[in-house]
Amino acid sequence: MKNCYIARSRSVAARQLGEEMVIMSAQDSTLFNLNPVATLIWLAADGQTRLETIVQERVCSTFEVELEEALRDAEQFVTELAAHGILLRGETPIHDSSTATVKLP
Amino acid sequence: MSLMEKVNSKALDLGVPLNIHLDITYRCNERCAHCYLEHSGENELTTAEIRGFLKQFADAGTFFLTVSGGEPLLRRDCFEVIEFAREENFNVKLKTNAVLIREKQARRLREAGVEQVQVSIYSHKPEVHDAITKLPGSLARSLEGIRLMRAAGLKVTLANVLMKSNARDFAGVQALATEMGSQYTLDPTITPMLNGDSSILTLRLPQEELHGIFRDGRLVGRVDEFCAPPPPIDDGIREGIPCSAGHTSCYVSPWGEVYPCVQFPLFCGNLRQQSFSEIWAGSERLRGVRAIRAMHLSTCSSCSHLGSCTRCPGLAFMEGNMRGPSSADCEKSFLRTGVVTAGMLAGSTARPFAPHHAALVQIQLPAVVSETPTACR
Repeated sequence: MKNCYIARSRSVAARQLGEEMVIMSAQDSTLFNLNPVATLIWLAADGQTRLETIVQERVCSTFEVELEEALRDAEQFVTELAAHGILLRGETPIHDSSTATVKLP
Repeated sequence: MSLMEKVNSKALDLGVPLNIHLDITYRCNERCAHCYLEHSGENELTTAEIRGFLKQFADAGTFFLTVSGGEPLLRRDCFEVIEFAREENFNVKLKTNAVLIREKQARRLREAGVEQVQVSIYSHKPEVHDAITKLPGSLARSLEGIRLMRAAGLKVTLANVLMKSNARDFAGVQALATEMGSQYTLDPTITPMLNGDSSILTLRLPQEELHGIFRDGRLVGRVDEFCAPPPPIDDGIREGIPCSAGHTSCYVSPWGEVYPCVQFPLFCGNLRQQSFSEIWAGSERLRGVRAIRAMHLSTCSSCSHLGSCTRCPGLAFMEGNMRGPSSADCEKSFLRTGVVTAGMLAGSTARPFAPHHAALVQIQLPAVVSETPTACR
């Protein structure tokens, strides 16, 4: 996942509740609750920024965690959410009309 | 605790209005015999006002938005409202009679990302359904709308309100739901009109019918569990909140009025005069509702049903005391378990075994359509 770009799907509903994100897929009504780390990644998933950069700039600067370990966890998280259609994933920047716009805090 | 319960619990701790029910109009193309609304279209919120309020709800943390009416599709801007709500990342549920749904509308709802649509179907027999809606041909049109929505990939729930005239038709509606791959919800709830007129309560199900429904495994699942005697009462129950109304949910009328719930007509403020956050955080009436714990309820706090009764504070309010019993729920608890309630013993109900308000219960069938899996993250 050296060049991994991620974008939020427009087909989901999402709201930040405290430091966590609640997400529901309209396709299958599955409910997700992202922890604070996953929430940071979700909010930064603009389709234009590489996952590694997101992890480095958002996660490692906020939490005491090594880049390699954080990236490994992030990749697993991205794989899971992509399988549910919650996140879009690509090897190039994602310019997709199905990408949701979320105001960053 | 399920993930949904955890999310609700967190919203309660944070004081977040997680659920908002927004009626965008009271106008309707049907005239249902049991409807609690007057169908005035005067002074409705404008599109711009609704958009502004939706932004306020999103900022307050609202996640689940129910768009309803009246018949919401009678507003020309209904799709614009729904699409804007989706842009604001709400989970949107639509309540409609589906009479105006054609292929184009079904596709547009699907493309907007509406999570679920609920349609009231009273009977599988046109003569019964249409007599209740007072719109000839309405059953055929509603069913066609549902089929088009299902074909577009939308999840649809058939809401089956039961009253005297359709008391025996639930199996037929259930079969329709199964045939169309939809969920089915039974609701033997007839409430007074919001203007206080209680004449429609004569339509409610006779007690013997309700008694039978509570013992029908097709409707309630395991009858022995559903009709079990009330569980022992502990401190957790005594300190619990009686209902989410005003705590994590509220209702907004087509004129911007805010209430704890659509069935709880305690006016708490108007969005045309105050911001939503001002009303949600500052309303003395909402604070009063939130201060009520089960142990504070007059009469009900000493009732053996305290831990299992679905007492509706809105119905209690309409009977004169939001801290008091709701005779409809006393009736329901009694018919379900055979155990007399404190409200009955205290004589707070005019006719203990035949209260003047209908029972309030919503039963989500366990087996018709399997529950959607919830992934815990």
